[in-house]
Amino acid sequence: MLTQIRLSGLAMACLMSLPAMAQTAPDATDPIIINDGELQLETVASTPEHLEGVLPELYSGWLFRDSETQAMQTDDFENPGMIFVDQGIDDWNMVDGNAGKSCASCHEGIESMKGVRASMPRVNGDGQLWSMEDYINDCRVERMQAEALDWNGDRMKNMTAAISVQSRGMPMDVAIDGPARPFWEQGKDMYYTRYGQLELACANCHEDHYGDWIRADHLSQGHTNGFPVYRLKQAALVSQHNRFRGCIRDTRAETFPMGSDEFRALELYVASRGNGLPVEGVSVRH
Amino acid sequence: MQMNLDRREVLATAAAGAALIALPLAAAAQDGETVKTVDELIAEFTGGADAVEGDGVTIGAPEIAENGNTVPISVDAPGASEILVLAPGNPTPPVARFQFGALAGSQAASTRIRLAQTQDIVAVAKLADGSFVRSSANVKVTIGGCGG
Amino acid sequence: MADNVKPRVRVPKTAAKDEVITIKTLISHLMESGQRKDKDGQVIPRSIINRFTATFNGETVIDVQMEPAISTNPYFEFEARIPDAGEFVFTWYDDDGSVYEDKQTIELA
Repeated sequence: MLTQIRLSGLAMACLMSLPAMAQTAPDATDPIIINDGELQLETVASTPEHLEGVLPELYSGWLFRDSETQAMQTDDFENPGMIFVDQGIDDWNMVDGNAGKSCASCHEGIESMKGVRASMPRVNGDGQLWSMEDYINDCRVERMQAEALDWNGDRMKNMTAAISVQSRGMPMDVAIDGPARPFWEQGKDMYYTRYGQLELACANCHEDHYGDWIRADHLSQGHTNGFPVYRLKQAALVSQHNRFRGCIRDTRAETFPMGSDEFRALELYVASRGNGLPVEGVSVRH
Repeated sequence: MQMNLDRREVLATAAAGAALIALPLAAAAQDGETVKTVDELIAEFTGGADAVEGDGVTIGAPEIAENGNTVPISVDAPGASEILVLAPGNPTPPVARFQFGALAGSQAASTRIRLAQTQDIVAVAKLADGSFVRSSANVKVTIGGCGG
Repeated sequence: MADNVKPRVRVPKTAAKDEVITIKTLISHLMESGQRKDKDGQVIPRSIINRFTATFNGETVIDVQMEPAISTNPYFEFEARIPDAGEFVFTWYDDDGSVYEDKQTIELA
């Protein structure tokens, strides 16, 4: 059974005084069966080593949604995000920039991107932590001599969606050791840092209170394996950094910009918390 | 695609505690445009004939919608030639008017609609004998945890 | 023409004579309702797809008058009876005068 905790804007601050461990497991842990069984995505995974004792199990955000929202993700035709995957694939094959190349000119079919989403973000050859958006823009600018895409623009989100779908079903597996370690530590610090006038850290909601009510809504564990998501509220694709920005803004804080080093680090740490959950992108959330 | 987003968020904060919150009715239609009432819209559809409450038309809709921006609904009226769908709690009530042709496999359709607040959505069908039947379904529209 | 409008249609490739088949359609469109305001408080003008039709060999399957209450990226699911092999034509009519069309052929199984 779910524990019901109703929060007002002001009472949200009282979250801090609630018992620290009010984690509530979802009622059911059914897999997501897509296209009548063509693909089955598990919604539970065992806790990665670095989270032992923190989360008993990993749960997909899909489990915390209403059945109508869940249903939209079980059919690639009814999933409105897939229309943007199609647009991303069109863009993949479209020549752009002074070099006269498309993505496909070097990478051939977009299936060649299989596995990429599951390992993002990752440290590049120069020791920088890069999100998928950075890799896309690096290709565009350096190889295609085309303009960089806006991090939160439609073309970028369509492209990340089209690339993410190629890895659907593969377990999230971001590297957290070696050169990734300092970025991961930075992201972890952010995850547990209380931001804003409401003094809320990511962990206060998504670690301490997943499965509980936040007003008329259930908190998830805040995993990123479903990104980019088609969000019913915006009726559009939403990127990870846009979601981070929204969460931090909601704590009534000045937020970091999308595409900032801070959000890249947070993206890595949050992704590592979901290591083991299958890539769902493009998921449907509300 | 929220109507009056800021006001909605403010209101939601103020009224928090209630799990289900009616959104404010956004200032009705665009300037200079008159919004027809539900009764007027139905009368226009039926040509003034009565539409009786009945089983001839059914609405499928969630009892609770997680987000009012995208609410899946279906309508079904066996043998009907047309179905009118209205959302009386929206700033402008008309939603859609379905006409079924000779090759319709059924007189039923599904779509996704916007609901500005908790309300009873209404469907009116013109049946094969020319009579009209109506029914309604309550959908509670909730507001998300953070409004973000 | 509104940006990035792209129809998507799911129709079976084959059907038995007089079989009733399910059709799903989705089109990317903002469906700007005319109710929203921009940052300066100005109403953003309505810009929607106002009609969707499906015909098979020229005969109507469904004809939908659409209002601003239809969600962004309009979705429809409905059924059609297939009297013969032939061609579906799906048409969306935009407020701005644009017309988007998709055609699908179906064979008798």
